[in-house]
Amino acid sequence: MSAKLQTLRQNLEENLGGRVRSLVLDRGELTLQLAAADYLEVMQFLRDEPDFGFDQLIDLCGVDYAEHAGGASQHGRFAVVIHLLSTVQNTRLRIKLFIEDCDDLPRIASLCKIWPSADWYEREAFDLLGIVFVGHEDLRRILTDYDFSGHPLRKDFPVCGHVEMRYDPEQARVVYEPVSIIPRNNVPRVVREAAYGDQPDV
Amino acid sequence: MSEIHNYTINFGPQHPATHGVLRLILELDGEVVQRADPHIGMLHRGTEKLAEERTWLQNLPYMDRLDYMSMLCNEHAYCRAVEKLLGIEVPLRAQYIRTMMDEVTRILSHLLWLGTHAIDLGGMTVTLYTFREREDLLDVYEAISGARMHAAYYRPGGVYRDLPDCMPQYETSRWKNAKRVEEFNRNRQGNLLDFLEDFTERFPSRHADYHTLLTDNRIWKQRVVNVGVVSPERAKQLGFTGPMLRGSGVAWDLRKKQPYAAYDKVDFDVPVGVTGDCYDRYLVRMEEMLQSNRIIRQCVAWLRQNPGPVITDNAKVAPPKRDGMHQNMEELIHHFKLFSEGMHVPAGEVYAATENPKGEFGIYLVSDGANKPYRMKIRSPGFAHLAGLREMAQGHMISDVVAIIGSLDIVFGEIDR
Repeated sequence: MSAKLQTLRQNLEENLGGRVRSLVLDRGELTLQLAAADYLEVMQFLRDEPDFGFDQLIDLCGVDYAEHAGGASQHGRFAVVIHLLSTVQNTRLRIKLFIEDCDDLPRIASLCKIWPSADWYEREAFDLLGIVFVGHEDLRRILTDYDFSGHPLRKDFPVCGHVEMRYDPEQARVVYEPVSIIPRNNVPRVVREAAYGDQPDV
Repeated sequence: MSEIHNYTINFGPQHPATHGVLRLILELDGEVVQRADPHIGMLHRGTEKLAEERTWLQNLPYMDRLDYMSMLCNEHAYCRAVEKLLGIEVPLRAQYIRTMMDEVTRILSHLLWLGTHAIDLGGMTVTLYTFREREDLLDVYEAISGARMHAAYYRPGGVYRDLPDCMPQYETSRWKNAKRVEEFNRNRQGNLLDFLEDFTERFPSRHADYHTLLTDNRIWKQRVVNVGVVSPERAKQLGFTGPMLRGSGVAWDLRKKQPYAAYDKVDFDVPVGVTGDCYDRYLVRMEEMLQSNRIIRQCVAWLRQNPGPVITDNAKVAPPKRDGMHQNMEELIHHFKLFSEGMHVPAGEVYAATENPKGEFGIYLVSDGANKPYRMKIRSPGFAHLAGLREMAQGHMISDVVAIIGSLDIVFGEIDR
């Protein structure tokens, strides 16, 4: 498996050249970082070139790097991560793309024209992280409630949410109210310092 | 003559044929579907957000509740992702136990699918038969973990405990007298492996019963043959995996192509369809059950011969032995830290996938070195399959939509997450 990945890595370096922002082989997985300008072109190439033949887009998701312990990324707060699978070559590739200089509305091109399966994944990333996919024909919310506001997977969105719902017998309908529960976290998030316990971490 | 317009109807979310809480907006021309727009999210519980607030171990039971028909397979994907991040090895016996239980789960899931699919299309009898076999396998779940559905049996580094030496027994009650109970308990006298072996011997003949009920049944074939046809190219483009992809004739199975656990050490075949219609997907899943049966038999034989540890001895990941804890300060501290603060997982990102009964179930984990995941993305097979419904349903009658939904084998626990 790793020999295959080495070959894939070489092929990617040769074929993409300067468009590779970084190419990391870690824990038996290859991660290719791209710049937004080359995004669609490279993705199309990866699908059509028989050497790569990534015929399936297995997964697409957004990541919010706002509170990452490794420090905020210099490339931007939001990243889009795509997992490609080639059923012909039997290889996987992770594409990572940081959305640069975004305000509250990160924007990126849509992959729907290249892989139709991107449709719902992009809707999901839009819904949960507020990433706008330019060129997506039907960018509606998908998982959250019909008139939901906010993007729940952003790190500044509280786990308990902003509103709660109950049935109001007087108005004979469902009403939304500000949450009454108090956020509670029994196990704090801990990142140990590098030399914790005098030994390298497991 | 009056002008006839298309009209739109709402299908679900409270409809038994939607397999949960699917809401479909169907635009109809007469009885022919012009456009199907699935609305999902009615069962959205925010598992991915919750995971960011919980330790690596606390997240494990949430996996059972995703695709609640293939509980242990989900846990397997999660455990593999965490193990990959940690870079730890899983003992071989645990690998075999996982393989065996994954296949038990596959039969469980396919049996439920078969029963409900048949009910959707008017075959009431099949469910009664499939639930008879499910009962035995749920007892296996109960024996290994104490829970009949949400097992939480796999752990990062192995499985929670070794296989039990005895099976739970039926007891006499107002409805079951001593004679009847004895009959019920006859194959439960040995250990779990004996019980499973007994099951695998009886299952093929039971499986033949399902074939008799459906495979050549004229009504059944009228409902499923040439309904919801997907070409192999289109199936790949739509991100189909598992039986949906194999039903379209693509021989793609992660257990063969990217083997994990002990799948490279057992012998089994991968059934593949030809036309890519609901009937082919039905046949593929039917054959998969028999193949799972084969794998279970091989695992049982191996597990009988090879005792050994079932979880890693790395005390930073798995709890130490109870007797060691009573004598040894260090092990006591390990135990305390593991269950209060939780394990720490080195920074990095991984994607681990397993061949679930429904398709490729993947977990993408981003860790920043903390005791909790930084981001977890669940790649569920049903999500991509349901997205393809729009195309598959187009041009079919409204009753065929029910057949197509049945053949997708969707579970909303994993689609809405």
